[in-house]
Amino acid sequence: MALDSKSDLPQFKVVGTRPARPDGIDKVTGRARFGADMSAPGMLTGLILRSPHAHARIVSIDTSKAEALAGVHAVVTRKDFREITDDDFTADILDNCMAGAKALYDGHAIAAVAASSTKIAREALKLIDVTYEKLDHVTDVDEAIEDGAPVLHEGRSDETVPAGMSPNVLSRYEFGHGDPEEGLKNADHVVERTYKTEATHQGYIEPHACLAQMGPDGQGDLWVCTQGHYMVRNTCAAILGIEQGQLRVTASEIGGGFGGKTTLFLEPVALMLAKKSGRPVKMVMTRSEVLRATGPTASTSIDVKIGMTKDGKITAGFAEMRYQGGAYPGSPVEFGAMSAFAPYDLEHVKTIGWDIVTNRPKAAAYRAPGAPMAAFAVESAIDELARHFGLDPLEVRLKNAAREGTKASYGPTYPAIGLEATLRTAKDHPHWSAPLGENQGRGVACGFWFNFGGDTCVTLNITPDGTVTVSEGNPDIGGSRASMSMMAAEELGIPYEKVRTIVADTGSLGQNEVTDGSRVTFAVGLATIEAARAAKREMCKRAAMIWGIDEEAVEWVDGAAQPAGPNAGKFPPMTLAEIAETASNTGGPIAGHHEANPEGAGVSFATHMCDVEVDPDTGAAKILRYTVFQDAGKAIHPAYVEGQFQGGAAQGIGWALNEEYIYGDDGILQNAGFLDYRVPVASDLPMIDAVILEIPNPGHPYGVRGVGETSIVPPLAAVANAVSAAAGVRMTDLPMSPPKLLAALHAKG
Amino acid sequence: MTKVHVTTTINGDPTEFLCEPDETLLDVLRDRLGMTGSKEGCGTGDCGACSVTLNGRLVCSCLVLGAEAEGQEIGTIEGMAQGENLHVLQKKFIEHAALQCGICTPGLLVAAKSLLEKNPDPTEEETRYWLAGNLCRCTGYDKIIRAVMDAAKEMREAA
Repeated sequence: MALDSKSDLPQFKVVGTRPARPDGIDKVTGRARFGADMSAPGMLTGLILRSPHAHARIVSIDTSKAEALAGVHAVVTRKDFREITDDDFTADILDNCMAGAKALYDGHAIAAVAASSTKIAREALKLIDVTYEKLDHVTDVDEAIEDGAPVLHEGRSDETVPAGMSPNVLSRYEFGHGDPEEGLKNADHVVERTYKTEATHQGYIEPHACLAQMGPDGQGDLWVCTQGHYMVRNTCAAILGIEQGQLRVTASEIGGGFGGKTTLFLEPVALMLAKKSGRPVKMVMTRSEVLRATGPTASTSIDVKIGMTKDGKITAGFAEMRYQGGAYPGSPVEFGAMSAFAPYDLEHVKTIGWDIVTNRPKAAAYRAPGAPMAAFAVESAIDELARHFGLDPLEVRLKNAAREGTKASYGPTYPAIGLEATLRTAKDHPHWSAPLGENQGRGVACGFWFNFGGDTCVTLNITPDGTVTVSEGNPDIGGSRASMSMMAAEELGIPYEKVRTIVADTGSLGQNEVTDGSRVTFAVGLATIEAARAAKREMCKRAAMIWGIDEEAVEWVDGAAQPAGPNAGKFPPMTLAEIAETASNTGGPIAGHHEANPEGAGVSFATHMCDVEVDPDTGAAKILRYTVFQDAGKAIHPAYVEGQFQGGAAQGIGWALNEEYIYGDDGILQNAGFLDYRVPVASDLPMIDAVILEIPNPGHPYGVRGVGETSIVPPLAAVANAVSAAAGVRMTDLPMSPPKLLAALHAKG
Repeated sequence: MTKVHVTTTINGDPTEFLCEPDETLLDVLRDRLGMTGSKEGCGTGDCGACSVTLNGRLVCSCLVLGAEAEGQEIGTIEGMAQGENLHVLQKKFIEHAALQCGICTPGLLVAAKSLLEKNPDPTEEETRYWLAGNLCRCTGYDKIIRAVMDAAKEMREAA
């Protein structure tokens, strides 16, 4: 199973070790500069006025008093932005950053000010006079599609939506093959249930922040915490009507993103304030703004019907999924419908997804967007079926597991995949056979994520003293600079410490897709390896020139050029440093680069195992033990791979047990702070065991698969299955917060 | 409002600043003194990213007024390493990969140092409860707890 056992793949020296990350010292000393840590001479503070209503027509905005306040240098409303009529996607981002005709959710941006101090900016916000006409609102996904529900937008439904449905339903998706109704006839038992999950927030600890400058010549500079500064550049340029090349965006260190920093919230507003004021403008969100107005994931309502024979064969799977993505199109329901049954080899499978709008903030991506909720529903039903027949839930999953050659429920046929390996490893793990006590239960669940490639551009420079710098265009969100340095060192045959990787600004490289889709170690790693190979070819050429032999007669071995075989001539190996030293005389500086949009991001599977104890007096569920089994393809830096497994599990545990968006009847978010929006803290969790499996991805030179997202897919179901086992009652509604669990225990009697 | 003149000590350095009476110590550190190692994750004392010590006591600097620093000793992440020498906790955080994005790291390090000063031999449970006021969204805490306990061990052995 180990990659190294495959003879056609390299024997690694650097890859698979655990060196210190290059940005480590900056980050443990407080020296690393995050979004809010930058300042500029003459800088103003930008603040945003937000809607206090869940749904309201904006009748008028009078900014004259604010503009007249001493110290105020600019006030911006939607009127300052051009109308975008040819691109709904960008138009929606703008409307979310600055409301147009209507405020669509509590916290929607209405106006912004830039002032010489935060104090004056706050005062100015109070002087902006907005007249609202309040409208009826809806925040629940099922209520939003009822007849007579308040309508957010007219005419946004696409051609997939049947006539007669609520205008709040924007798209319909369908995936699958076979005939589930036919398949269900062969089942000995069918579970049919509705599952609900509440919206959660990515919960990055760093609020959104940026520092913008914009000159009258149309040139702009932006410092921003983002998962993708190229995306920021391109989308800001589209919104502001400027050329991409005129806007230089530098990514700060990023204090967490998890998908939530893959779109814009402040940036076009900051640039507009900077343009109007002629001064640099810094904007930093409060935590309350982050929760009210940025990125939660969808809340969902999912109907599942699964049939099984008494020996554990799934005869058919069906799911109808309703996801609300906030006030705009684009809930992750399509991914949910694609991924729901992806771990299984099914003859009859069908999923239908509905994209629905409500008066909530526009959903942003959140780690494997759409998949955790789908897996919660399907894996809960499979667990219930296994328990119905008294079957081992891991055996049931093994019996139905997708393998190489399986036609996935969403279309493609799988190449070599790791699901079965995760299940077998889980079965053999001591966790599976450990004894459980009173009020304790164990749950397992599987999860899947697609992974992604995307536009990628890397430059690798050989310095005159023989060190190496790698420039890449993806913010380092969890140790990726270390991984890039390791892959470059591996390929060049030099020590890890000789390579320094930097995240370059948008003026330094070509287009780079955002840090999403678990793509960085895969795609940027691939480009780094290819860039190193290009540099090696050039160095072999230089050595050939010095030796006066054909460049084909030179090969690269252990960090040096050497004659390839006895016929090439007898020359001592020439190291990278020696070639670099004389580069000026052999043709100039040496660099390698690679540009690609790589296909071949291998899909990734995981199995999670969880023990919980339920307190029958309080309804609190405590995680006792947790183990993650996941296929990484090849773990470049195993410690950071484990970290991804552990972090995804922890976020999933929070989603399962505590985290939720709570809206009052007035449509106002009631828990816009970390006190009431309760993410897991250190005392909530046990150690999280991370078991790395390595089934190489043929689409990457070293076998890498993305690992960042799959880890959040199984935990909702794994925890729910464990809680259901411990409580003796099936939990179908997340989060399983103490009041909800206590009510279920009481109802059970 | 008239600004308040404050004389204090930060990481051993005599320091003076002017601040608004309602300005937090965190804002003073970050915006007036350029010490941006302390982070603001919430501004309400829930996340611990702004952890500093006030006369040796662990506090959230977002819940302390700048004016309250008068005559006190403040300790921040910037004062944790001695010149080129990282504190054992800082080394262990790097060694154990106890950070991913790093935004919570300064606060966690200040809080962990404070723990080990009070309790050089904490159990895992004691460590988890002491650090429960420092949110980390990336790691699931596993490697952080291991780093702190390993640092404690090394510090005990060196003592």
